[in-house]
Amino acid sequence: MPRSVPPWETKRQLVVKAEDKTNPRYGCKPEDRTAKDYIKYGVINLDKPAGPTSHEVAAWVKRILNLQRIGHGGTLEA
Amino acid sequence: MTGILPITLEEARKIVQALLFSGKEYVCVMKLHGDASQNRVEAVLKEFENTIYQRPPLRASVKRQLRTRKIYYIDFMEMEGRNVLFKVGCEGGTYIRKLCFDIGEVLGCGAHMQELRRTRAGPFVEGEGTVTLHDVAYWFMEWQKQGDDKILRKIIQPMEKALALVPKIYIRDSAVDAICHGANLTAPGVLSLETNIQKDSLVAIFTLKGEAVALAKALASTEEILSMEHGMVAQTKRVLMPRGTYPKCWKSGET
Repeated sequence: MPRSVPPWETKRQLVVKAEDKTNPRYGCKPEDRTAKDYIKYGVINLDKPAGPTSHEVAAWVKRILNLQRIGHGGTLEA
Repeated sequence: MTGILPITLEEARKIVQALLFSGKEYVCVMKLHGDASQNRVEAVLKEFENTIYQRPPLRASVKRQLRTRKIYYIDFMEMEGRNVLFKVGCEGGTYIRKLCFDIGEVLGCGAHMQELRRTRAGPFVEGEGTVTLHDVAYWFMEWQKQGDDKILRKIIQPMEKALALVPKIYIRDSAVDAICHGANLTAPGVLSLETNIQKDSLVAIFTLKGEAVALAKALASTEEILSMEHGMVAQTKRVLMPRGTYPKCWKSGET
């Protein structure tokens, strides 16, 4: 049975279908967002400590950053 | 259990689905309930490098029905007495506790999961911008004191980073606002796209500035999309960008 390739080892190339430019008046590069938007559309690569559950850890981050809503990607049991 | 737990803030919560399905990597200590030779343990670990069946454990947050999960690799690291250390790369939703139990059954002596650390969740890898709760609290306070946005970037990354492993389709400015209103993506709006997109697979729709517009389901493969002149290319599933970010370039019946 050949070992299947994990998603992070899959190589993808970009292929062009048509050419066009983007107007600098609208939107902005993700790294150029204002602080408020940067947080609102942000993700934290958190190192979860042992003990508390994933939900508890997420709730702490929510309180530290004083946010309304927060989510986490994949429960890591306590 | 410790390790990588990506936290999505406010609007970025909408991409959680993409993270749940993404692959994971763990380092695990498995405790054997009897003696087994290292050769035997290594051989049995190799047997699990496959598509396996798993029923979620009693204490689980999902429906307990038998399902299949891919184990991409299990790399044996070391063994000391009855403790076995290994690294496992697997599909999202694989229960490592269950995996250890099943390995123990095949070995015959029984086994359980002793320690677990997640070293990868999709594109998020241990050591690449990983922060602790203390870092978050400290740097957020520093940012509030100093007002320097560089500090914020130490702890927070744009949600687009979380979509790094999802195949992307880049679209024209003129197609953006229609997608933000929930429309499906049609062929003329497509500028470029990544290889290996399959029909029905998850894709991310991006602007040329690298902003995520929406998550969508591909309705054709990369090759098919390249040759299409009209027709639907992707079905919009989750809109990420607020309406009105880009100008409205479509005709409505009311005007």
